[in-house]
Amino acid sequence: MRTIRIGSGAGYSGDRIEPAVELADKGDIQYLVFECLGERTVALAQQARLKDPDGGFDPLLEARMRAVLPTCAAKGIKIVTNMGAANPWAAARKTAEIARSLGLPKLKVAAVIGDDVFDVCKDRDLPLIEINGTIKTLGNRIVSANAYLGAEPIAQALRVGADIVITGRASDPALFLAPMIDAFGWRMDDWAMLGRGTVAGHLLECAGQITGGYFADPGYKDVEGLARLGFPIGEVSEDGSLVVTKVAGSGGAVTARTCKEQLLYEVHDPTKYLQPDVVADFSQVMVDEIAPDRVRIAGGRGTARPETLKVSVGYVDSYIGEGQISYAGPGAVARGKLALEIVRERLQLTGVRTSELRFDLIGVDSLHGERLSQGHDPYEVRVRVTGRTESLTEAVRIGNEVETLYTNGPAGGGGAFKSARDVVAVASVLLPRELAAPSVRFVEA
Amino acid sequence: MKLREIAHSRTGDKGNTSNISVIAYDARHYPALLAQVTSARVKAHFADVVRGEVMRYELPNIAALNFVMDQTLGGGVTRSLALDAHGKSLSSALLDLEIDIASDEDRRQPQSS
Repeated sequence: MRTIRIGSGAGYSGDRIEPAVELADKGDIQYLVFECLGERTVALAQQARLKDPDGGFDPLLEARMRAVLPTCAAKGIKIVTNMGAANPWAAARKTAEIARSLGLPKLKVAAVIGDDVFDVCKDRDLPLIEINGTIKTLGNRIVSANAYLGAEPIAQALRVGADIVITGRASDPALFLAPMIDAFGWRMDDWAMLGRGTVAGHLLECAGQITGGYFADPGYKDVEGLARLGFPIGEVSEDGSLVVTKVAGSGGAVTARTCKEQLLYEVHDPTKYLQPDVVADFSQVMVDEIAPDRVRIAGGRGTARPETLKVSVGYVDSYIGEGQISYAGPGAVARGKLALEIVRERLQLTGVRTSELRFDLIGVDSLHGERLSQGHDPYEVRVRVTGRTESLTEAVRIGNEVETLYTNGPAGGGGAFKSARDVVAVASVLLPRELAAPSVRFVEA
Repeated sequence: MKLREIAHSRTGDKGNTSNISVIAYDARHYPALLAQVTSARVKAHFADVVRGEVMRYELPNIAALNFVMDQTLGGGVTRSLALDAHGKSLSSALLDLEIDIASDEDRRQPQSS
């Protein structure tokens, strides 16, 4: 039975680069996938594109491509990535330019375009899923609307000879499913295979999170070598079965436990994992350690794809102001609480207009609230005040009221910090799939 | 004993919803998870954090439960005022639940991976 090896070279846009180089050098892989696009990243990238028509793609694109292209070209490893963000076409042209500068002019670079559905969406009364209202009610606050595209256009680009395929918004597992469709010729209505392939893609898409990253808990779940964590390799067979492994000698571990944690990561109903290409069912998946750092995954299923595509809508939500300051030694918590009370009163006295405020003592109760945070007084605490406002000017005032604790607040406050920023938030709508028209465009050599 | 002694856990986020897996180290303890780590108990444990409903999904093949908690992430990861906007630290808090395991023989120290 035919098998391909797919390396997962990034789990988010800022991820480490050397593990991807290690995969290309020593992973015996045929495909290298970089998943670099968070929920909000496209919206922020769209703002960058408005300032620079040739910008709006991943800021680490050049560093990643320079690091892996020579080896990938020499070995014929194909690259699939969503580093195109809000401008896959500019990212593809940039990548071709990098390839030429490295003396690799023959590499064929393709962009998948058509995920930008802003024009189709902006005047439709599509209901927002996470917040009240419809896309229309956001009016001119909308920054971007991008549909999660499936594997088909990526697989098509690979089929006609692309060495590098760069997308914008695409479903993360689809970046991995496309190489399987390319290699094995799975039909786009073969729900069983697409379901299995999606299980594989889901497990691999967060890179180090299945090889021991985001997992260690000393004394309970110890992991060796996290500073040189190896990224995963998926060995996928044409029947859709999967073995997860990594480069021998790299840090981390692939175990049944790391695989189970990643299987359920960001999953809601495990019987209905909605994707553009299929509805995958994770509920019957079996996980078996067959050798050190080799885990076999079987039992994924699939049913017919949804009629709608999920669309991420970026919109200007609000502004957030923040201030922090530290207290230490005996009475640190009491002085921290006093500091919070002073800032609370100051924000009222000086009339800072906020729609939401939050007062935390980092080290005491900032993560899970008062009820879960009982225990002994810590040696040091950090005061944190954040508030939501309708303007940057108002947001700035929040941090100012923390900073003035230096000379006006409790004894011994140190290390004050303040910030104010605008918030581009993301909500989702469902778009009838026929309204998105993905296509593939090659950079001419 | 604490849930941490018999299970491990990971948190994920989508929008304003957090999901937390609870995975038995040893499949023998899955019935105890089923009986004692209920949606109602998880919702009560996170009373200060979860504003919406808690749904529980069962995965007997891997001896795991998946809790899906609505309205948990401060209005959504991309707009939350919280220090941990993703809620990634919630899994550790859930492992602090008290669990009753019948006999000492059933207790098994988790092994390192």
